[in-house]
Amino acid sequence: MSDWDGRRWHDMGGQAAGPVPMEGHDFALWEKRIDALMVLCGQKGLFTVDGLRRAIEDMGEDAFEKYSYYERWIAAVNQNLLEAGIYSLEELATRMDEIAARGPTYAEAQHG
Amino acid sequence: MPHDHHDHDDYHHEGMSSSGHPYRADNDGPLTYWQRMEIAVRELLVEKSHLIPAQIATQIEVMDARSPANGAAVVARAWIDPDFKARLLADASAASREMGFDIGPLNLIAVENTADAHNLIVCTLCSCYPRNLLGLPPDWYKTREYRSRAVREPRAVLREFGLDLAESVAVRVHDSTADMRYMVLPARPEGTEGLSQEQLASLVTRDSMIGTGLPRQP
Repeated sequence: MSDWDGRRWHDMGGQAAGPVPMEGHDFALWEKRIDALMVLCGQKGLFTVDGLRRAIEDMGEDAFEKYSYYERWIAAVNQNLLEAGIYSLEELATRMDEIAARGPTYAEAQHG
Repeated sequence: MPHDHHDHDDYHHEGMSSSGHPYRADNDGPLTYWQRMEIAVRELLVEKSHLIPAQIATQIEVMDARSPANGAAVVARAWIDPDFKARLLADASAASREMGFDIGPLNLIAVENTADAHNLIVCTLCSCYPRNLLGLPPDWYKTREYRSRAVREPRAVLREFGLDLAESVAVRVHDSTADMRYMVLPARPEGTEGLSQEQLASLVTRDSMIGTGLPRQP
C-alpha cells in the first residue's frame, strides 16, 4: 500500500504552506539569457514548453527547494536539447570544463 | 555596478532598483555550475547554427521591454472605451494586439473585478503568467506558498498583500496553464472621472492586474 495521494510534487494547489515570501530580485544577465534560450528554442521547434515542464517536474521536489528558478530552467533546457540530439553529453561536459578554465566569474568565462 | 536611483515614485526607495527590488551582485560572484551550463548550451546552439548571438540579445531586449505598463495601457483604455472593454473581455489576446502589443500565440483571458467580485490569478502547477503583456512574473508568484494557498485560502493570501476584502465580495481564483493565461481587469477607482487615459494608466499597478492589489487612488 502506498500513502501517495496521486499528485506529483509540483501539483501544489491547495496544499498547506506558510506566508508568501514577498522579497524579489532583478534578473541577472545569465537568467535573462536562459529565458531567451527557452523562448528561441521553442520558436525554432527544438522542443516545447511542455518539454521544459516535463523535465522540471522530473527533477523532483528536492531540486525545487535546492535550486533557483532559472537554474532549474537551464537544467531542463539542456535535458531537452540532449534528448533532441542537438549536442552530446560529451560535448556539453567538455565545454563546461573549458568554460571553468576561462576565469573565476561569469563575465570572465564568456568566450573571447 | 552603477546604481541608478529613481526618486519620482513612492515605490522606489534608497537601495532598491527601479523595479523596487534590492540589488544583488549576481555577475560579481564566483562562476556557478549552472552559469557554466548556460554558457555551454548557448555556445553549442550558436556553433551548431541553431541560433545567432544577435537573436539572443534581441529576445532579451524584447522581454525587457515588456512591463506592467503595457497591461496598464490596456486597462486604462478599457476604463474609458466601453467597446474596447467588450472586446477585451471577449478576447484579451486580440484586444491587446489591437493596441500594438505583440503577445505571440498566448491565449489571454481578461477577468473583470466589480463591486461584487474580485479575481485572483495563480499558476498552481508552475509559473504561467501573462508574460507577453506584463513581463516576467514577480518572484512571489512562483513560490510554493503562493501557488499552494491562493486556491485554498485566497482571502488570507490577499490579506498578506494588504488587501482585506469584505465577505460580501466573491473571490474568484483562476488557475493558469501554459496555453491559457489570465489578467485581471481591475475596477476603475472612484473619483477618476476627469483623468486622461494616460493618467488612468499610471494608477494601474502590476499587482492590480494579478489580483493581489487594487489600482492606486488618484
